[in-house]
Amino acid sequence: MTVENFIQHFANQLDDTDVSVLTPLTEFKTLDEWSSLTALSIIAMADEEYNAKLKGEDLKNALTLEDLFQIVLSKKE
Amino acid sequence: MKKAFIKAVSYYLPENILTNEDIAAEFPEWTAEKVGSKIGIHSRRVASEQETAADMAQKAAEKLFAEHGIDRQKIDFILLCTQSPDYFLPTSACILQDRLGISNQCGALDFNLGCSGYVYGLALAKGLVMAGIGKNILLLTAETYSKYLHPKDKGNRTIFGDAASATLISDHGPGEILGFSLGTDGSGTENLIVKTGAHRNPNKTSVVEWDEYGNPISSDFLYMSGTEIFNFMLGSVPKLVQNTLMENSLKIDDISLFVFHQANKYVLEFLRKKIRIPQEKFFIFMEQVGNTVSSTIPIALEEARKMSLLSGKILLSGFGVGYSWGGAVIDYGDPEKN
Repeated sequence: MTVENFIQHFANQLDDTDVSVLTPLTEFKTLDEWSSLTALSIIAMADEEYNAKLKGEDLKNALTLEDLFQIVLSKKE
Repeated sequence: MKKAFIKAVSYYLPENILTNEDIAAEFPEWTAEKVGSKIGIHSRRVASEQETAADMAQKAAEKLFAEHGIDRQKIDFILLCTQSPDYFLPTSACILQDRLGISNQCGALDFNLGCSGYVYGLALAKGLVMAGIGKNILLLTAETYSKYLHPKDKGNRTIFGDAASATLISDHGPGEILGFSLGTDGSGTENLIVKTGAHRNPNKTSVVEWDEYGNPISSDFLYMSGTEIFNFMLGSVPKLVQNTLMENSLKIDDISLFVFHQANKYVLEFLRKKIRIPQEKFFIFMEQVGNTVSSTIPIALEEARKMSLLSGKILLSGFGVGYSWGGAVIDYGDPEKN
C-alpha cells in the first residue's frame, strides 16, 4: 500500500510509458498516451487492486500521481 | 401455461463502412489502430443521410421474413425499440405496419430504450404471448446514433455503429424465454444524453466545449461520460447477472453462453473477469459492426446461432442509457440433444 506500488499498478495500464519515468510528482494527464480509455483503465485498476471506486471527477481533480494515490486511499473500502 | 420463444433473428447493416483507417485519416492525433484493438472494433456501419432507423428496421424485418420463411400475415404485434424515430408522431412502428404490409389486425408501438432495449423488448413480447394478446410478435431494434454524434467526436464515432435487427417471438420455437431481471436508475440521466431538440430544451444551443481528452461536448449532440458509464457498468452488471441467475434458479455454471450488450471489448473483458465468466462461454461480436446499441444482442445471438453455439441456457444482459438494465435467460434445450 505504498505510492511506489500504486505507480507500478498505474504503469501496468500504459503501453508506451515505462514505470522508470514515473514519480509521485508526475502530472499523469500530461503523458502522451493519456486518453479517455486510459482513464477507464485507471478506474478499473483502482477497483481491482484497491477496491476503490474512482469517479471521473477524481481524475479531473488529481494533478500528480501522489494526488491520485491519496484519493484512492481515501476511497478504499 | 403458455410459453414464449425466440423463433428467429435477422439483422441489417447499412452499406457505408467507416474503418479505423478512415477515422485515423480524419484525426491524425488519434491512434485509431491502438484504440481499435483495445476496444475490439475495426469498422462500423453508418446510415446514409436519407436512411432512418425505421428504414433499417423495415429492411431487417424483410430479411427476417425471407431468411426464415415467415408469413408476415401471422404477425399480430410490432414492437420497435429506437431512440431515433422518424417523427415525434406518429409512432414509427405504425408506419412500419403499413410499409411491411402487415395486417391491420396488428398492434404496434415504439419504446425508447438504448442498450438495454432488446431485453426489454423480449420481456414485453413474452408478456403479450403469455397473456394471449399476441401469438407472433415482431420485435425490431433500430438505431442511428451516428446522426446524434458531433463530426469531431472521435471517441464515440469509434465506438458506435448503426444497425437494425428483427426477432420473431412466438408460442413455439427453438429458444424458450425464461425469467427476467430488470432495473432502472434515472439518476444517470445526465451521463448519456442528447439534451436539445425535444421539449425540455427545444432550441439548439450551438455551443461546443472540449473535454480534457479533446472530444467535443455539445448539448446538441450525444454526450456520454465514459468514466461515469464505466462506473455504472462496474456497479450494476455483476449484480444484474447474479439477479438474472437467481430469478431463474440457476448457477453461473448452468449457463452455456453469455451474450452481453457489446459495449466495447475493453469494458466487456473487464466485466467478464469481474464476474468470473470463462472466456470460452463469453460471446463477443463487434469487430465489424461496433456498438450498435439495442441491436448488439440480437446481432450477437444470430452470429452465435450461425456458429452452432446456441444450445443450453443462454444468459442475455443489456445495460446503458437511462440508466436502464435487463437480463434474461433463453433456453435453447439440452445441448446433448442438439
